[in-house]
Amino acid sequence: MAMLEVNNINVYYGSIHAIRDISFEVNAGEIVTLIGANGAGKSTTLQTISGLLRSKTGSITFNGKDLGGVPAHKIVSMGIAHVPEGRRIFQQMTVEENIEMGAFTRPGSEYAERVENVFHHFPRLQERRKQIAGTLSGGEQQMLAMGRAMMSKPELLMLDEPSMGLSPILVDEIFDIIKAFHESGTTILLVEQNANKSLAISDRAYVLENGKVILTGTGRELMQSEEIKKAYLGG
Amino acid sequence: MKLLRNLDKSSRRNYFSYVLVTAAFLIVTFMNQGGMLNKKMQGLLVPVCCYIVMALSLNLTVGIMGELSLGHAGFMSLGAFTGVVVSQSLMGVIPNEPLRLLIAILCGAAVAAVGGFLIGLPVLRLRGDYLAIVTLAFGEIIMDIINCLIVGHDEKGVHIIFNFKGDKSIADLNLLEGGTAIIKGAQGAVGTKSISTFTGGFILILITLFIIINFVRSRTGRAVLAIRDNRIAAESVGVDVMKYKMIAFVISTTLAGAAGALYGLNFTGITAAKFNFNTSILVLVFVVLGGLGNLLGSIIAATVLYILPEALRQFADYRMLIYAVVLILVMLATNNPKVKNLFAKIIPVRRKGKGD
Repeated sequence: MAMLEVNNINVYYGSIHAIRDISFEVNAGEIVTLIGANGAGKSTTLQTISGLLRSKTGSITFNGKDLGGVPAHKIVSMGIAHVPEGRRIFQQMTVEENIEMGAFTRPGSEYAERVENVFHHFPRLQERRKQIAGTLSGGEQQMLAMGRAMMSKPELLMLDEPSMGLSPILVDEIFDIIKAFHESGTTILLVEQNANKSLAISDRAYVLENGKVILTGTGRELMQSEEIKKAYLGG
Repeated sequence: MKLLRNLDKSSRRNYFSYVLVTAAFLIVTFMNQGGMLNKKMQGLLVPVCCYIVMALSLNLTVGIMGELSLGHAGFMSLGAFTGVVVSQSLMGVIPNEPLRLLIAILCGAAVAAVGGFLIGLPVLRLRGDYLAIVTLAFGEIIMDIINCLIVGHDEKGVHIIFNFKGDKSIADLNLLEGGTAIIKGAQGAVGTKSISTFTGGFILILITLFIIINFVRSRTGRAVLAIRDNRIAAESVGVDVMKYKMIAFVISTTLAGAAGALYGLNFTGITAAKFNFNTSILVLVFVVLGGLGNLLGSIIAATVLYILPEALRQFADYRMLIYAVVLILVMLATNNPKVKNLFAKIIPVRRKGKGD
């Protein structure tokens, strides 16, 4: 049984049919990527899994448990962490307070250890512990959002376009950290437009277009597919 | 927000709030005993305390939770009329006035808490302008409902009827001999025994400060600040947005109810129309001018802006004119960089060692 199973979900924004019968699965220990152009439904899919949006049909199960009626705040404590698109950090709090908020659903147990783990992956955040988060650079804000998500000790980490708007060096750094999270035992569901980078580290990937899954395969297979090359890899 | 930017600075500021309130209380009490306050100023003491508590509690909703509420006077009015009914009907049982005042304030706060919860259920699902409009409507609804209320008390207990059609009067309560009317519909509360004291008001301010300051520092308060800062991020770390907003809102309305009870028991008569939209806006002005999330600012703004129109009464015709000019000057002084610099030159203080 897969860790996360998404079966035939349909999501609407009012009368707009954003996701059409999407099904996919993520097995424990995998890195799975959803790629696709703007408006393909990638972020909507993640938001549906984390309970911010609801599907009209189908089901989403996590470790065998149905997520259908579970409110967003409870899904976090079930072991799914969602890093939303666009560096949604708490701008007016310090870096440390942001990280603290990440442990909101799981305070107490090995708290100090988890903080240390975050600083281990993001030494730059440790240097800026007392700084107001809104004054961080874009890359640092992305790191803070990821570090905060790791504070809930998720089994499944969902990252929504972590490389968006970052310089090539920072993109490399972010992908290295994703790999490091994965090696430490976290399953990763990644949404990306940077198909090159993301397919290179993925076990499997799904290609979305207009709210549908149009192609699926291992990361390597998709990188070699002519269709993908033309549409996403530039050549 | 300043409360967060630097914990040390904010604890200093909070500490200063307690000290300032206590010092002001001692000075005013001393002046009062020395006969330095005229009758008019004495009459202002308790209402000022009430409006300080109102401003502090509204600051919790507007400044700390970040949602604009325009119906805060409604909760004040719930507290006021509950307090009056409780105090008047317990008069025979509990002759001790401070104790009766305490019970009346607690009951007023409790009713406002229930009102806040019921109104919060639909209202807190909304955001921004919509929330503001709906709270405004609920404030007016509360006022209209209390306008229909006829309450009396006799040996058998409290009698309440709703005069929705306008065809009922105090006679319909069928009070026994020796019974008294407490609230007479649109005429409001009449013949109330005034038991509010300045000391009571002072204690209520301290309690309010204590509750709000500790709330902001608590885990719950942090969650509320997180929601204000970034709702989506708060949801993504597992904050139950509705629940934490409700907690903050109910605390806010509860404190408004307490302030209302103190206010209602300061006068021999009071009408529901006193707690209309204008009163809500008045309190909002205190909060905005004092600074969103700035508790000390709320206290100072409420004091100055409440006393100012009264102190200017001798200039009758120009009173509101001066009031308006003062409001504009304060806004300029706090927002316009040029005027700010000018003020900084005139008053060469602070703003040093402010770094984080």
